[in-house]
Amino acid sequence: MKNKDQNKDFETRSLDTVCINESHLKHQWYHNIKYLIVGLLFGIVFIKAEIISWYRIQEMFRFQSFHMYGVIGSAVMVGIISVFLIKKFNIKTIYGEKIEFHDKKFNKGQIIGGLIFGSGWALTGACPGPIFAQIGTGATVTIVPLFFAIVGTWVYGYFRNKLPH
Amino acid sequence: MEIIEFIKEPWAWYVAGPLVGLTVPALLILGNKNFGISANLRHACAVCLPANISFFSYNWKKEIWNMFFVLGILIGGIVTFSLLSNPNPIVINGHFRTELATYGITNINGILPAGIFSWESLFTLKGFLIMVVGGFMIGFGSRYAGGCTSGHAISGLSNLQLPSLIATCCFFVGGLIMANFILPYILLL
Repeated sequence: MKNKDQNKDFETRSLDTVCINESHLKHQWYHNIKYLIVGLLFGIVFIKAEIISWYRIQEMFRFQSFHMYGVIGSAVMVGIISVFLIKKFNIKTIYGEKIEFHDKKFNKGQIIGGLIFGSGWALTGACPGPIFAQIGTGATVTIVPLFFAIVGTWVYGYFRNKLPH
Repeated sequence: MEIIEFIKEPWAWYVAGPLVGLTVPALLILGNKNFGISANLRHACAVCLPANISFFSYNWKKEIWNMFFVLGILIGGIVTFSLLSNPNPIVINGHFRTELATYGITNINGILPAGIFSWESLFTLKGFLIMVVGGFMIGFGSRYAGGCTSGHAISGLSNLQLPSLIATCCFFVGGLIMANFILPYILLL
């Protein structure tokens, strides 16, 4: 019975492919501190490269600056090479687990949701990661877009079954 | 001290981009985690108000690593702002600066235009559209698309996923239309 519940939980979480790469090991909470450190370094890069700046995002969508294309393009190149190397050399996690990759399935959401997300990105000059960094820089009002992003997520969840996918 | 001076300058794309890209293997190797930040918005719903909606009824505690990750981003923001800030005003493309002036945006210190992103402007139509409607679109759109810039454009493309390429293209098309054809009218409000 317990197993069945676990399977259902896994199914719900994996409605969203982002959620299914997980360790099967159980750890104390403080093992999560390593993710906090990666996030911290990531946040520093975000700000130092002005990725969180509203102006940089506007310049990107107006083709007035190469900066953001360079950042995203080189990030993707490094990501592709990393994933290729992990697969090719069967690199394991620091706990010795096999690293799993999951294919994403196409649905209409990637088009409709993508267009909506892009519009929101251009309006606020932030995607979900940079919002957190913006709050950190003392622009406290950016709590408002974050709050309404959570509201938007909730509304999506509420209407999910009625939306075209 | 020279190193600190160097760090305080804005970083070039060829420094920052590869560092962002390294987040993908770092999270995978540290614990089989997939880089995707907007998932936290979903976890926030699951924590605060699951309301029996099946999409939010799952054991969010299994995803707690991601909340540590965004907490790190927030702390990274505080650290950088207080210790490593660039003392000079942000450098903006000349055409864009001229255009901004026509909307009355001349104070370009900091990362966000203070005239738009302030608690006072929240209660104007312009501030409402940009912060409230914009925020809503980010959350609704990213979950509908199944990911945001990190989940699709960076980790999805790193694993050569076609749906992620489609999503990334749509992010850009949506952003291009908004920034070039709709936002100018909102800024005039």
